[in-house]
Amino acid sequence: MSTLIELGGYGRYVWPAYGLTLALMLAEPWLARRRLARALARARTLEALDR
Amino acid sequence: MNTVALRPPWRLFSLSAPAHFYRATEAVSPLLWATCLVLAAVGLWMGFVVAPTDATQGEAYRIIFIHVPAAWLSMVLYLAMAFWAVLGWAWKVRMASMLARAIAPTGALFTVVALWTGALWGKPTWGTYWVWDARLTSELILLFLYLGYLALVESIDEPRRGDQAGALLALVGAINVPVIYFSVKWWNTLHQGATVSMNAAPKMAGTMLTAMLLMTLACWAYAFAVVFARARAIAVEREAEHQWVAALTRPMEKSA
Repeated sequence: MSTLIELGGYGRYVWPAYGLTLALMLAEPWLARRRLARALARARTLEALDR
Repeated sequence: MNTVALRPPWRLFSLSAPAHFYRATEAVSPLLWATCLVLAAVGLWMGFVVAPTDATQGEAYRIIFIHVPAAWLSMVLYLAMAFWAVLGWAWKVRMASMLARAIAPTGALFTVVALWTGALWGKPTWGTYWVWDARLTSELILLFLYLGYLALVESIDEPRRGDQAGALLALVGAINVPVIYFSVKWWNTLHQGATVSMNAAPKMAGTMLTAMLLMTLACWAYAFAVVFARARAIAVEREAEHQWVAALTRPMEKSA
């Protein structure tokens, strides 16, 4: 396991590269889903006002 | 109000209607996420466990499994964004303009990832995080183009006018994509040449290439899934008072 983390001394370059990528690729879908949920909530409010 | 009837999925032009786009992309979303996760898991396993250590770069080369897919996606997504933006501008296809807006943040994300991973790869191989060479500089310009497009379309209150202004910027900026791609041929750059070429044998081991291509497919699946989700949100925002959106909200009320 330590071999995988150290990666022959290059772990300090490789893991931050994958770490930021993972963080961004988790955050972006969450933001997109939140935007969709808010848009649907607003549409529901408009629909309720129309009735 | 009438609910919207689904047309057969093979009628792709029906997807230009936001209601059909919403339902079709919502249906394929779980499949895209599953594909992304499986391909990424297999790609990372091949990249970190199966693929051998590089003879010249040691373990540092393993950044390639995210750097190259991100760089490819950053360029292809810009061209896709420009294509849909111009289609929406020229033919007034509502969903095309919304799709262009939905692509931009994901394209910007992949550009940031390409620059970030490139910098971290550059330090152990070139001795520096950054140089103002043609490939790196043109990729940085691509990020500014994405950010400029987003700032422009969001700064104009009237969506159609924002779409038109954005389409013009996207179209002009598209010239930067071939500049990025051919920069390593046109100029004497520090950046290495093309990793994969259609008219030359691969320069890397088969397992390395397979891992990189699997990660590229995973990134594609991710891009489709997240762009579709954002496009659905934009469609609902813009057409909140349309019947198809009202029809969408009703089942949610019943289950709540």
